[in-house]
Amino acid sequence: MSNQDILDAATLKQDDALIPQSGWFERSETLQKLRKNKKFPTIWCSGCGIGIVMGALIRAIDHLGLDNDKVALVAGIGCTARMPVYMDFNTLHTTHGRALAFATGLKIARPDMKVIAIMGDGDALAIGGNHFIHAARRNMGITALVVNNAIYGMTGGQYSPTTPLGGRATTAPYGNVEPPFPICDLAIAAGASYVSRSTVYHALELDKFLAEAIAKEGFSVVEAVSYCHTTFGRFNKLGTAADMLRSLKDNSIPRSALERLTPEERAANTKIVRGNFVNVDRPQYTQVYSNLVTRVQAGER
Amino acid sequence: MSGGLAPRTEIRLAGEGGQGMILAGIILAEAATIYGGQNAVQSQSYGPEARGGASKSEVVISPGEIDHPEVLQPDVVVALSQEAFRKFGGSVKPGGLLIVDADKVDSGSAPNAIRLPITKLAFETTGKVITANTVALGVLVGLTGVVARPALEKAILARAPRGTEEMNQKALEAGFAAAEQVKNS
Amino acid sequence: MTVKLMQGNDAIGWGAIAAGCRFYAGYPITPSTEVAELLSRELPKVGGKFIQMEDEIASMAAIIGGRVGGLKSMTATSGPGFSLMQENIGYAVMTEIPCVVVDVQRLGPSTGQPTAASQGDVMQARWGTHGDHPIIALSPTSVRQAFDLTVKAFDLSERFRTPVILLADEIVGHMREPVDLPDFKSIHIFEQQVTDSPADYKAFRNSPGDVPPLAAFGTGYRYHITGLFHDEVGFPTQRLDEVDPWLERVNTKLDKHLDEITFLEEDYQEGARVALLSYGASARTARHAMKLARQKGIKVDLLTLLTIWPFPEKQVEALGERVERIIVPEMNLGQLAYEVERMVGRKKVRRVVRANGEMVTPQMVLDAMEN
Repeated sequence: MSNQDILDAATLKQDDALIPQSGWFERSETLQKLRKNKKFPTIWCSGCGIGIVMGALIRAIDHLGLDNDKVALVAGIGCTARMPVYMDFNTLHTTHGRALAFATGLKIARPDMKVIAIMGDGDALAIGGNHFIHAARRNMGITALVVNNAIYGMTGGQYSPTTPLGGRATTAPYGNVEPPFPICDLAIAAGASYVSRSTVYHALELDKFLAEAIAKEGFSVVEAVSYCHTTFGRFNKLGTAADMLRSLKDNSIPRSALERLTPEERAANTKIVRGNFVNVDRPQYTQVYSNLVTRVQAGER
Repeated sequence: MSGGLAPRTEIRLAGEGGQGMILAGIILAEAATIYGGQNAVQSQSYGPEARGGASKSEVVISPGEIDHPEVLQPDVVVALSQEAFRKFGGSVKPGGLLIVDADKVDSGSAPNAIRLPITKLAFETTGKVITANTVALGVLVGLTGVVARPALEKAILARAPRGTEEMNQKALEAGFAAAEQVKNS
Repeated sequence: MTVKLMQGNDAIGWGAIAAGCRFYAGYPITPSTEVAELLSRELPKVGGKFIQMEDEIASMAAIIGGRVGGLKSMTATSGPGFSLMQENIGYAVMTEIPCVVVDVQRLGPSTGQPTAASQGDVMQARWGTHGDHPIIALSPTSVRQAFDLTVKAFDLSERFRTPVILLADEIVGHMREPVDLPDFKSIHIFEQQVTDSPADYKAFRNSPGDVPPLAAFGTGYRYHITGLFHDEVGFPTQRLDEVDPWLERVNTKLDKHLDEITFLEEDYQEGARVALLSYGASARTARHAMKLARQKGIKVDLLTLLTIWPFPEKQVEALGERVERIIVPEMNLGQLAYEVERMVGRKKVRRVVRANGEMVTPQMVLDAMEN
């Protein structure tokens, strides 16, 4: 899809919306959580993995039976950050890197709401890296959904903090010389209560992890490994969207399988490890602050 | 339309950070306003150091409106450290009052300076050098009458941490006594 | 009646409490930190919330998020932090989320002199973001005004759905004066009233000169908020027939209400040929100089601006017609003077400026009057 195609798609009129009229939309409880009044098709290239994550997110929210009014989606800037506009919740599309900071204010104002911050890898870890670690440290009651496609897609394919060493990008024409950030390790080190990783090939696993993350009271992180066939795939000769999707199947391993390997085999593993890494209960920020207010109002110091 | 320019008394209290000169300025302003029925503006300046460095507290006192909020040319300067004297000793208005701590300041360049062992008096009276700012206020008010003595006493007691009221009262009396000696000499 | 000796920054904090501010997010920076210290102590007592964020960018983002969730919100900072907040201030303008940003100005550029006074952010308050938009900035000259204008800032930000800048300076922020604050129960500010049903609600309805009410998230009004150009329900759009009405409405929404936004004090004297025009702490210097001049028998007008932005064009233009010379004392190299010159012409304006952390003195102003 060319840039012009993307622009055209984004400016389609309501009448041109491509939701089929067959009745399946009305019959699907899950799809009812898509917005019906505007903005389809999505801006994403055909074959993009972000739509799969959106599907997983909707199914997870539907599975939890949450009231749409009590769900807020907060996003920054980038391909992934365009996700909330298509879904029928309270949706806040903010500035680049700052989704978690906006979400922090919203969660403090509305502790009763489920606040989900939706970010790409550059959004969450480069420009927004500081907010990411501090939201985790505070154990703010937010779910951080990081779609990791290892590239800045919207601006045309510059290397990101998760681009692999040697990977080619428009700003790494001779190969990337910077080591990538391990998103889950960072979240664990910073104190997140729940951390899981899966890929867009394993959509049902994503559903499960997202449902667990959203149900969690404290700061939860789900890394959804995706791909960008339009930029990274093209620059690095990785084939079509289908090829890249298939490689997520071939080049990933469940955590449980990894743990059955010998220590030597484990150390040599280069595959993406899927699974839940942390699931603990720590005091959640807004609850702790609410206790403080109660204490202060009771006249204690 | 505003009235004319009201008369103003400008006071500059200077010392090292940690000597309590900023608090002394606040107490003097509270004595003038809350307890003295006058108007006052207190301001301050300090360096990046939490302790040490030169810190300065200014109070403008007037029976009327105070427009320009900072000291233009002080009627009174109190300097409790050599650095404070070096920076602000020369700023006092001709015929104004310069009070320095005799043990801490070499004021040879200012022959009219009133030299009193303020910190030593504080230590001898209360056992604590941190009451030097209270002694200094007693000296200042004793010599100038810029606020009434009862107003200053009330302001100091209102600010004194619980259990230190008597200590501060004594420090204040020592300051007033020192001022009396100066006046009688 | 209880007279207290109060610092300007504390008065700003109390003004926020009185106005119903229930969320503060900020990052410590001299000379504004007392605002945060007071609110960290006082907000929990009234059921409000305080958080110290990881930086000023996050602070600005958090207060917008807090207001989207329904809490009146504020942050306070100084020049360096104000610079960091600019992108998200632009976001609040674009999305029409009310909030109050306190900037206690210090000497710049860069780290400058943290404890020294300045009025160097006058133009940053106006043009710090990218793009064109109106903004409101109020500048207190006293501790009591720091309280009153903070209350006013909340009122205007709610009424016009815009960020409001309280442009204080180190002098007013740190000085202590006796004040007798009003009973907070007597203070009422504009409250949003959403009357449309969720199905009919348009958060960005474009009737010219109109400010649509803001519904909080979590109250049944599910809609989209974006920093992109958007249509009336908040969806991104590039259609000029949707963008142009937004531009028209937002860029004119203050124009019809200037009388409600413009606060100033005029002390004019019949027959005056010279006027003093100032704001913030420098306005105190100007008033001092005015009294000195009148004692000498010089007739002089004094105009004190409490509202800096939108610039009170009409009133300054009228002043320019009264007098031959307008003297503008300020603690920068002539930022507000640019605006005065724009209204009355360069030849009429005399700048009396200082940008080294020291206040302009009344004598400097008097000299400009006599020479």
